Amino acid sequence: MITIKHLNKSFNGIKVLKDISITFEAGKTNLIIGRSGSGKTVLLKSIVGLHEIDSGEIWFENTLFNKLNFAERKEVRSQIGMLFQGSALFDSLTTEQNVRFPLEMFTNKSSEEKDERVNFCLNRVNIINANNLFPSELSGGMKKRVAIARAIALNPKYLFCDEPNSGLDPLTAILIDALIKELTEEYSMTTIINTHDMNSVMEIGEKIVFISEGEKCWEGNKNEILNSDCEKLNDFVFANALAKKLRDS
Amino acid sequence: MIKFFTQLGRYVMLLKKVFSKPEKPSIYYRQTMREFVYLGLSSIGIIAIISFFMGAVITLQTAYNTENPIYPKYLIGLGCRDSIILEFSSTVAALILAGKVGSNIASEIGTMRVTEQIDALEIMGINSASYLILPKLIATVIFNPILTLIGIIVGIFGGWIAGTLSGVITSENFIYGIQYAFIPYYITYSLIKTVFFAFIITSVSSFQGYYVDGGSLEVGRASTKAVVFSSVLILLFNVILTQLLLS
Repeated sequence: MITIKHLNKSFNGIKVLKDISITFEAGKTNLIIGRSGSGKTVLLKSIVGLHEIDSGEIWFENTLFNKLNFAERKEVRSQIGMLFQGSALFDSLTTEQNVRFPLEMFTNKSSEEKDERVNFCLNRVNIINANNLFPSELSGGMKKRVAIARAIALNPKYLFCDEPNSGLDPLTAILIDALIKELTEEYSMTTIINTHDMNSVMEIGEKIVFISEGEKCWEGNKNEILNSDCEKLNDFVFANALAKKLRDS
Repeated sequence: MIKFFTQLGRYVMLLKKVFSKPEKPSIYYRQTMREFVYLGLSSIGIIAIISFFMGAVITLQTAYNTENPIYPKYLIGLGCRDSIILEFSSTVAALILAGKVGSNIASEIGTMRVTEQIDALEIMGINSASYLILPKLIATVIFNPILTLIGIIVGIFGGWIAGTLSGVITSENFIYGIQYAFIPYYITYSLIKTVFFAFIITSVSSFQGYYVDGGSLEVGRASTKAVVFSSVLILLFNVILTQLLLS
């Protein structure tokens, strides 16, 4: 479980996150939704410590993460897997080497054990016969899947995904969403996903937090989202013509 | 002025991060070997070509400027040797490497920054500054003196070829000249300068790349800044080191 209390973050005097408090539940896919520029990515990066927060508390179970120094954070970070918006695969490494990288860095496994784990992770995300390809030779969907394989290589307790299906066609996006949900259940991870894709919300959203202009406006689940009183959320959810038509009918 | 000190402070903080204990020395060793190839071995060609032609030009220019019969012919060889050892092999080669290696480092690290690859390293709990920059620093500080020695040998060889083929000096006179009044300390002086210049090129370029904020445009700007700042610092330290080492 990850708990955030009264989190504030600003850049050059401009407040980007304002007094945000959320509890992300273990073993569930927790979604942070909101319009582009609402502060979702800043929130996600603040939780994992890529941005230092101005004030507030970030708890990973019973550990106050934001008060730890870089060395102390390593312990928590070894339990974190993260999928970036652009996949962030290392350009100079092949698919296999990318997945192998965290194993090389943080485990003392034998070469055979590492090979076994790499192949298991790649098979798990349905990457076959691409072990020796470089990221530049992979499609967008394949990159995302390899990035997921790298993120789960160390059996993380927490999985963070920043816009996991941005830039993907609807079918591939659904496959990526389904894969993340399956892995969350399989490994009982606390998964936090940033998205503005309503398909994802309705497919995998077990807990949903809506952020607007750096503030938390609404919190609930996918069944409650369609009947919310929050005007900003309704504007976001029913933004496209099809959704409006469904609501009106 | 405040901006200058802010940048200087960030640079010092980055170096502090770079020189912290590596997570896994075996991985760093592998990275360092990779950098030897990318930053060191791949520079041999350009250093050899430029050294050869610079040696040739220095010989021809020295010959045309010492046509007076009171100057012994072997001075052409001596002039070629000392110009190459004292200035060309270290300073001019460093300026060329600032263009080649410096822009390469800044754009590589800068691209990793804007594509979130550095964030991915940090998330894994890896000291990204140390992992990315330390192997490059070690590789260039060790390999650039080798490039300097190659530059000296090829440069003098280029001078000999140009001098003898154009007929401005005989082979015997040139060889006598490059042996005449030779001061071995000049080689040490040149190598010491090279080590400093290698550190400047790698650390300044890494700094520019590491703190890129934005997209491809900013990566390009960082690459340009890396070359400009490295070059200016090389010239500044050339004066300081020459005063310290030769006075």
